[in-house]
Amino acid sequence: MARVVVDVMLKPEILDPQGQAVNRALPRLGFDGVVDVRQGKRFEVELEGPADEAALARVREMAERLLANTVIEEYRVRVEA
Amino acid sequence: MPARIGVVTFPGTQDDADALRAVRVAGAEPVSLWHRDADLHGVDAIVLPGGFSYGDYLRCGAIARFSPVMESVIAAAHEGMPVLGICNGFQVLCESHLLPGALIRNDGMLFVNRDVRLTVEAADTAWTGGYKAGQEIVIPIKNGEGKFTADERTLDELEATGRVVARYLDNPNGSARAIAGVANAAGNVVGLMPHPEHAIDELTGPYPGPATDGLPFFTSVLQRLIDSELVNA
Repeated sequence: MARVVVDVMLKPEILDPQGQAVNRALPRLGFDGVVDVRQGKRFEVELEGPADEAALARVREMAERLLANTVIEEYRVRVEA
Repeated sequence: MPARIGVVTFPGTQDDADALRAVRVAGAEPVSLWHRDADLHGVDAIVLPGGFSYGDYLRCGAIARFSPVMESVIAAAHEGMPVLGICNGFQVLCESHLLPGALIRNDGMLFVNRDVRLTVEAADTAWTGGYKAGQEIVIPIKNGEGKFTADERTLDELEATGRVVARYLDNPNGSARAIAGVANAAGNVVGLMPHPEHAIDELTGPYPGPATDGLPFFTSVLQRLIDSELVNA
Protein backbone atom coordinates (compact mmCIF):
# COMPACT_ATOMS: atom_id res chain seq x y z
CA MET A 1 0.00 0.00 0.00
CA ALA A 2 1.18 3.45 -0.82
CA ARG A 3 -0.28 6.87 -0.34
CA VAL A 4 -0.02 9.40 -3.15
CA VAL A 5 -0.90 13.01 -2.46
CA VAL A 6 -2.30 15.26 -5.14
CA ASP A 7 -2.24 18.98 -4.37
CA VAL A 8 -4.55 21.10 -6.50
CA MET A 9 -4.17 24.88 -6.53
CA LEU A 10 -5.74 27.63 -8.59
CA LYS A 11 -3.31 28.86 -11.23
CA PRO A 12 -1.37 31.91 -10.04
CA GLU A 13 -3.13 34.19 -12.53
CA ILE A 14 -6.60 33.16 -11.27
CA LEU A 15 -7.91 35.35 -8.46
CA ASP A 16 -8.56 33.34 -5.28
CA PRO A 17 -11.28 35.15 -3.29
CA GLN A 18 -11.33 32.43 -0.60
CA GLY A 19 -7.61 32.79 0.05
CA GLN A 20 -8.04 36.57 0.11
CA ALA A 21 -10.84 36.32 2.68
CA VAL A 22 -8.61 34.18 4.93
CA ASN A 23 -5.74 36.59 4.41
CA ARG A 24 -7.92 39.52 5.48
CA ALA A 25 -9.18 37.66 8.56
CA LEU A 26 -5.71 36.85 9.92
CA PRO A 27 -4.69 40.36 11.09
CA ARG A 28 -8.02 40.68 12.90
CA LEU A 29 -7.01 37.62 14.92
CA GLY A 30 -3.63 39.11 15.71
CA PHE A 31 -1.60 37.19 13.11
CA ASP A 32 0.61 39.83 11.55
CA GLY A 33 3.25 39.59 8.86
CA VAL A 34 1.24 37.48 6.39
CA VAL A 35 1.58 38.79 2.86
CA ASP A 36 -0.70 36.41 0.97
CA VAL A 37 -2.81 33.26 1.41
CA ARG A 38 -3.95 30.93 -1.33
CA GLN A 39 -6.38 28.09 -0.72
CA GLY A 40 -6.29 24.75 -2.50
CA LYS A 41 -7.28 21.10 -2.22
CA ARG A 42 -5.35 18.05 -1.08
CA PHE A 43 -6.31 14.54 -2.22
CA GLU A 44 -4.88 11.48 -0.48
CA VAL A 45 -5.03 8.56 -2.88
CA GLU A 46 -4.45 5.14 -1.30
CA LEU A 47 -3.07 2.64 -3.78
CA GLU A 48 -3.43 -1.13 -3.63
CA GLY A 49 0.13 -1.70 -4.81
CA PRO A 50 3.40 0.23 -4.78
CA ALA A 51 3.68 3.81 -6.03
CA ASP A 52 5.82 2.88 -9.00
CA GLU A 53 6.12 4.89 -12.18
CA ALA A 54 3.12 3.15 -13.78
CA ALA A 55 0.92 3.85 -10.76
CA LEU A 56 2.02 7.47 -10.62
CA ALA A 57 1.21 7.84 -14.30
CA ARG A 58 -2.34 6.64 -13.51
CA VAL A 59 -2.62 9.13 -10.65
CA ARG A 60 -1.51 11.96 -12.94
CA GLU A 61 -4.22 10.82 -15.37
CA MET A 62 -6.77 10.98 -12.51
CA ALA A 63 -5.62 14.50 -11.69
CA GLU A 64 -5.82 15.54 -15.31
CA ARG A 65 -9.30 14.10 -15.90
CA LEU A 66 -11.10 14.58 -12.60
CA LEU A 67 -9.21 15.95 -9.58
CA ALA A 68 -8.18 19.20 -11.27
CA ASN A 69 -9.76 21.39 -13.91
CA THR A 70 -6.65 22.36 -15.84
CA VAL A 71 -8.40 25.40 -17.30
CA ILE A 72 -8.11 27.10 -13.91
CA GLU A 73 -6.07 24.79 -11.69
CA GLU A 74 -2.65 23.16 -11.56
CA TYR A 75 -1.73 20.01 -9.67
CA ARG A 76 1.28 18.28 -8.16
CA VAL A 77 1.58 14.57 -7.50
CA ARG A 78 3.89 13.27 -4.79
CA VAL A 79 4.40 10.06 -2.85
CA GLU A 80 3.91 10.31 0.89
CA ALA A 81 6.57 8.39 2.79
CA MET B 1 -45.98 16.15 -33.35
CA PRO B 2 -44.37 18.94 -31.32
CA ALA B 3 -40.61 18.97 -30.84
CA ARG B 4 -39.45 17.11 -27.72
CA ILE B 5 -37.06 18.97 -25.46
CA GLY B 6 -35.35 17.07 -22.64
CA VAL B 7 -34.49 18.54 -19.24
CA VAL B 8 -31.89 16.61 -17.23
CA THR B 9 -32.27 16.09 -13.49
CA PHE B 10 -29.14 15.35 -11.48
CA PRO B 11 -29.14 14.82 -7.71
CA GLY B 12 -29.16 18.40 -6.42
CA THR B 13 -30.76 19.96 -9.51
CA GLN B 14 -33.26 22.64 -8.52
CA ASP B 15 -34.56 24.35 -11.63
CA ASP B 16 -35.70 21.35 -13.65
CA ALA B 17 -39.40 22.03 -12.94
CA ASP B 18 -39.13 25.64 -14.13
CA ALA B 19 -37.16 24.55 -17.20
CA LEU B 20 -39.77 21.89 -18.06
CA ARG B 21 -42.47 24.51 -17.66
CA ALA B 22 -40.61 27.00 -19.89
CA VAL B 23 -40.33 24.31 -22.57
CA ARG B 24 -44.09 23.69 -22.35
CA VAL B 25 -44.98 27.39 -22.41
CA ALA B 26 -42.76 27.79 -25.49
CA GLY B 27 -44.88 25.15 -27.24
CA ALA B 28 -42.62 22.10 -27.14
CA GLU B 29 -43.14 18.79 -25.38
CA PRO B 30 -41.07 18.66 -22.18
CA VAL B 31 -39.31 15.35 -21.44
CA SER B 32 -37.68 14.59 -18.09
CA LEU B 33 -34.27 12.95 -18.37
CA TRP B 34 -32.58 11.23 -15.44
CA HIS B 35 -28.85 11.41 -14.72
CA ARG B 36 -28.43 7.64 -14.41
CA ASP B 37 -30.26 6.89 -17.69
CA ALA B 38 -28.04 7.19 -20.77
CA ASP B 39 -31.15 7.00 -23.01
CA LEU B 40 -32.12 10.43 -24.36
CA HIS B 41 -35.66 9.16 -25.18
CA GLY B 42 -35.70 10.60 -28.67
CA VAL B 43 -35.50 14.28 -27.66
CA ASP B 44 -34.62 16.94 -30.25
CA ALA B 45 -32.85 19.32 -27.85
CA ILE B 46 -31.62 19.30 -24.26
CA VAL B 47 -31.59 21.73 -21.34
CA LEU B 48 -29.18 21.24 -18.43
CA PRO B 49 -30.87 23.25 -15.66
CA GLY B 50 -29.53 25.08 -12.65
CA GLY B 51 -28.96 23.87 -9.11
CA PHE B 52 -26.16 22.18 -7.24
CA SER B 53 -25.62 18.85 -8.99
CA TYR B 54 -23.96 16.35 -6.65
CA GLY B 55 -23.78 19.07 -4.03
CA ASP B 56 -21.14 20.94 -6.05
CA TYR B 57 -18.67 18.36 -4.69
CA LEU B 58 -15.12 18.64 -6.06
CA ARG B 59 -16.04 21.52 -8.41
CA CYS B 60 -19.40 22.76 -9.69
CA GLY B 61 -20.47 20.39 -12.45
CA ALA B 62 -17.40 18.16 -12.18
CA ILE B 63 -19.19 14.99 -11.02
CA ALA B 64 -22.26 15.52 -13.22
CA ARG B 65 -19.99 15.55 -16.24
CA PHE B 66 -19.25 11.84 -15.73
CA SER B 67 -22.88 10.73 -15.24
CA PRO B 68 -24.33 8.24 -17.75
CA VAL B 69 -26.72 10.80 -19.26
CA MET B 70 -23.87 13.22 -19.96
CA GLU B 71 -21.99 10.65 -22.07
CA SER B 72 -25.04 10.67 -24.38
CA VAL B 73 -25.51 14.45 -24.17
CA ILE B 74 -21.86 15.03 -25.12
CA ALA B 75 -22.13 12.65 -28.09
CA ALA B 76 -25.39 14.26 -29.25
CA ALA B 77 -23.93 17.77 -28.89
CA HIS B 78 -21.00 16.81 -31.10
CA GLU B 79 -23.52 15.67 -33.72
CA GLY B 80 -25.25 19.05 -33.62
CA MET B 81 -28.13 18.61 -31.15
CA PRO B 82 -29.02 21.93 -29.50
CA VAL B 83 -27.94 21.94 -25.83
CA LEU B 84 -28.51 24.82 -23.40
CA GLY B 85 -26.78 24.83 -20.02
CA ILE B 86 -28.16 27.28 -17.49
CA CYS B 87 -26.14 28.22 -14.40
CA ASN B 88 -25.03 24.83 -13.01
CA GLY B 89 -25.76 23.47 -16.50
CA PHE B 90 -23.25 25.98 -17.91
CA GLN B 91 -20.72 24.72 -15.36
CA VAL B 92 -21.40 21.13 -16.47
CA LEU B 93 -20.84 22.11 -20.13
CA CYS B 94 -17.50 23.73 -19.28
CA GLU B 95 -16.42 20.69 -17.25
CA SER B 96 -17.45 18.54 -20.25
CA HIS B 97 -15.22 20.67 -22.52
CA LEU B 98 -18.22 21.37 -24.76
CA LEU B 99 -17.66 25.03 -23.94
CA PRO B 100 -14.38 26.84 -23.21
CA GLY B 101 -13.40 28.49 -19.94
CA ALA B 102 -14.62 27.87 -16.41
CA LEU B 103 -16.89 29.42 -13.78
CA ILE B 104 -15.28 30.28 -10.49
CA ARG B 105 -16.13 31.95 -7.18
CA ASN B 106 -17.64 35.41 -7.60
CA ASP B 107 -15.54 38.45 -6.80
CA GLY B 108 -16.19 39.48 -3.22
CA MET B 109 -17.33 35.94 -2.32
CA LEU B 110 -20.93 37.08 -2.69
CA PHE B 111 -23.86 34.95 -3.76
CA VAL B 112 -25.67 37.26 -6.18
CA ASN B 113 -29.42 36.91 -6.51
CA ARG B 114 -31.19 39.58 -8.55
CA ASP B 115 -32.51 40.58 -11.94
CA VAL B 116 -29.76 41.69 -14.31
CA ARG B 117 -29.68 43.52 -17.61
CA LEU B 118 -27.94 41.73 -20.45
CA THR B 119 -27.15 42.40 -24.06
CA VAL B 120 -27.78 39.47 -26.36
CA GLU B 121 -24.79 39.70 -28.68
CA ALA B 122 -25.06 36.53 -30.74
CA ALA B 123 -28.50 36.11 -32.28
CA ASP B 124 -27.38 33.29 -34.57
CA THR B 125 -27.10 30.39 -32.10
CA ALA B 126 -29.68 27.61 -31.85
CA TRP B 127 -31.05 29.24 -28.68
CA THR B 128 -31.03 32.95 -29.53
CA GLY B 129 -32.46 33.21 -33.05
CA GLY B 130 -35.55 34.96 -31.67
CA TYR B 131 -33.53 37.92 -30.36
CA LYS B 132 -32.01 40.79 -32.29
CA ALA B 133 -28.23 41.15 -31.97
CA GLY B 134 -27.63 43.91 -29.45
CA GLN B 135 -31.06 43.52 -27.82
CA GLU B 136 -31.22 44.38 -24.11
CA ILE B 137 -33.07 41.92 -21.88
CA VAL B 138 -33.73 41.47 -18.15
CA ILE B 139 -33.51 38.04 -16.52
CA PRO B 140 -32.47 36.89 -13.03
CA ILE B 141 -29.15 35.50 -11.87
CA LYS B 142 -28.55 33.50 -8.69
CA ASN B 143 -25.06 32.15 -8.28
CA GLY B 144 -22.04 32.03 -6.01
CA GLU B 145 -19.64 30.63 -8.58
CA GLY B 146 -20.68 32.42 -11.74
CA LYS B 147 -17.58 34.35 -12.61
CA PHE B 148 -16.66 33.36 -16.14
CA THR B 149 -12.95 33.01 -16.70
CA ALA B 150 -10.72 31.91 -19.58
CA ASP B 151 -7.23 32.78 -20.79
CA GLU B 152 -6.82 35.92 -22.89
CA ARG B 153 -6.35 33.99 -26.12
CA THR B 154 -9.62 32.09 -25.61
CA LEU B 155 -11.45 35.32 -24.74
CA ASP B 156 -10.09 37.02 -27.87
CA GLU B 157 -11.15 34.06 -29.97
CA LEU B 158 -14.67 34.04 -28.48
CA GLU B 159 -15.03 37.74 -29.27
CA ALA B 160 -13.57 37.47 -32.78
CA THR B 161 -15.81 34.56 -33.75
CA GLY B 162 -19.02 36.02 -32.34
CA ARG B 163 -19.37 33.36 -29.65
CA VAL B 164 -20.10 35.73 -26.76
CA VAL B 165 -23.84 35.06 -26.53
CA ALA B 166 -24.71 37.53 -23.77
CA ARG B 167 -22.90 40.18 -21.77
CA TYR B 168 -23.82 41.85 -18.47
CA LEU B 169 -24.50 45.58 -18.65
CA ASP B 170 -23.56 45.82 -14.98
CA ASN B 171 -21.11 42.98 -14.31
CA PRO B 172 -22.41 41.42 -11.05
CA ASN B 173 -19.68 38.87 -10.31
CA GLY B 174 -16.43 39.92 -11.98
CA SER B 175 -16.87 37.78 -15.10
CA ALA B 176 -14.10 38.25 -17.66
CA ARG B 177 -15.17 40.94 -20.13
CA ALA B 178 -18.61 40.86 -18.46
CA ILE B 179 -19.44 37.62 -20.30
CA ALA B 180 -22.71 36.03 -19.17
CA GLY B 181 -22.98 33.33 -21.82
CA VAL B 182 -20.98 31.69 -24.61
CA ALA B 183 -21.56 29.28 -27.49
CA ASN B 184 -19.50 26.53 -29.12
CA ALA B 185 -18.14 27.07 -32.63
CA ALA B 186 -21.16 25.40 -34.27
CA GLY B 187 -23.63 27.47 -32.24
CA ASN B 188 -25.71 24.49 -31.09
CA VAL B 189 -24.29 24.45 -27.55
CA VAL B 190 -24.92 27.52 -25.39
CA GLY B 191 -24.05 28.13 -21.74
CA LEU B 192 -25.68 30.93 -19.81
CA MET B 193 -25.22 31.95 -16.18
CA PRO B 194 -28.51 33.92 -15.85
CA HIS B 195 -31.82 32.04 -15.76
CA PRO B 196 -34.15 32.58 -18.74
CA GLU B 197 -36.52 29.88 -17.42
CA HIS B 198 -37.38 32.19 -14.49
CA ALA B 199 -38.45 34.97 -16.87
CA ILE B 200 -41.18 33.43 -18.98
CA ASP B 201 -44.45 34.73 -17.57
CA GLU B 202 -45.97 37.96 -16.35
CA LEU B 203 -46.83 36.69 -12.88
CA THR B 204 -43.46 35.30 -11.76
CA GLY B 205 -40.95 37.02 -14.05
CA PRO B 206 -38.79 40.03 -13.13
CA TYR B 207 -40.80 42.84 -11.51
CA PRO B 208 -41.72 45.50 -12.61
CA GLY B 209 -40.65 43.88 -15.84
CA PRO B 210 -40.10 43.20 -18.61
CA ALA B 211 -41.13 39.82 -17.18
CA THR B 212 -40.85 37.45 -20.12
CA ASP B 213 -37.51 38.28 -21.71
CA GLY B 214 -36.28 34.72 -21.15
CA LEU B 215 -38.93 32.98 -23.23
CA PRO B 216 -37.25 33.52 -26.63
CA PHE B 217 -34.42 31.14 -25.60
CA PHE B 218 -37.00 28.35 -25.65
CA THR B 219 -39.06 29.52 -28.64
CA SER B 220 -35.84 30.11 -30.61
CA VAL B 221 -34.75 26.50 -30.36
CA LEU B 222 -38.24 25.35 -31.31
CA GLN B 223 -38.12 27.54 -34.43
CA ARG B 224 -34.65 26.19 -35.20
CA LEU B 225 -35.93 22.60 -34.94
CA ILE B 226 -38.93 23.34 -37.18
CA ASP B 227 -36.70 25.06 -39.75
CA SER B 228 -34.21 22.19 -39.83
CA GLU B 229 -37.06 19.69 -40.25
CA LEU B 230 -38.35 21.67 -43.24
CA VAL B 231 -34.85 21.66 -44.68
CA ASN B 232 -34.51 17.92 -44.15
CA ALA B 233 -38.00 17.12 -45.47
